[in-house]
Amino acid sequence: MSISSKIVDDVVAAGIEFVTTVPCKQLAGVIDEVEARPEIYHIPSNKEDEGMGLCAGAFMGGKKPMIIMQNTAIGVTINTLATLTQFYRMPLPMLISYRGELREPVACQVEMAVHTKALLNQLLIPTFHFHAEADAEELPEILKYTFMCNKPVAILTDASFWGGYGDQ
Amino acid sequence: MIRSEILKEIAPILRDQLVVCNIGIPSQELHAIDDQPSNFYMLGTMGLASSIGLGLALAQPKPVVVIDGDGSILTNMGTLPTIANNVAKNYILMIIDNGSYGSTGDQPTYTGKKTSLAKVAEACGCERVIECRDVDTGTVLQEALDSGEMTIMVVKCDSGNAKMPVITMDPVVIRDRFMKAVQA
Repeated sequence: MSISSKIVDDVVAAGIEFVTTVPCKQLAGVIDEVEARPEIYHIPSNKEDEGMGLCAGAFMGGKKPMIIMQNTAIGVTINTLATLTQFYRMPLPMLISYRGELREPVACQVEMAVHTKALLNQLLIPTFHFHAEADAEELPEILKYTFMCNKPVAILTDASFWGGYGDQ
Repeated sequence: MIRSEILKEIAPILRDQLVVCNIGIPSQELHAIDDQPSNFYMLGTMGLASSIGLGLALAQPKPVVVIDGDGSILTNMGTLPTIANNVAKNYILMIIDNGSYGSTGDQPTYTGKKTSLAKVAEACGCERVIECRDVDTGTVLQEALDSGEMTIMVVKCDSGNAKMPVITMDPVVIRDRFMKAVQA
């Protein structure tokens, strides 16, 4: 079974029915899986703060939400995380493609990578980092934890976790 | 008419609906005019009322009325394609278009100049888009609720704010009582 389908199996098993995505090359397989599952309403967003608004509404409507996005989105969503998700105490698992780590071919991605954990730390967002495929075994517990504590929770997934960029 | 006059007029219609209200003075006005547990007041996060309302409408069957503003839609213009392509028949987006950023001192927005949000919404693929005058808001809103179709309203009105107190209710209380109203 591919890692993408294993991840989405865990998402479905956690009762998550509403998933918004902003694409990243590393997340393409997961996004395809999300789109293919009948248990999930997949709603692509144009920007990540918009997606967090959709997730807030879905949560208040009784659905467990999730956002899938790239780490550059942390730069876009700090205000939303602080004044919506955290201020109203809403749960939000964030599956994040962690660009700019080892095996990264695009120099500019490193510029946000160096801020990613510092910003998440500053926001007091519980953060988990998947580097090897076996790290994903914790995903079911992380999802359970997110809906237990009603907080946004970050799951950073780097290039090594996804198997790199082929020849690059 | 200014926004607060419109809200006073449509309060009897809004009372029985789930309402997501835009940040700042719009929420303060609605809260002062007719506070209801079925009102979700945004205390921060400019631009996301339409997105919160869409997520809510897609997640459950009750009608959802979003009270938004032209400045807020301009901040989150990407919301209109998302709305158009994820049709929720129980979703009404009411954009109070007074051509200004009311909560920050009535600075003009582009919708008071060349930009038409109704045309933008149509170009994004929204199918039931109605631009109306302030005095017709109640009639158009009631028709939208009766139609059972997703509706985007653009209400052209005057710029201006009523003096209302800041909302001091705790956000978790706002959210909790709203979720109970959703489930009721």
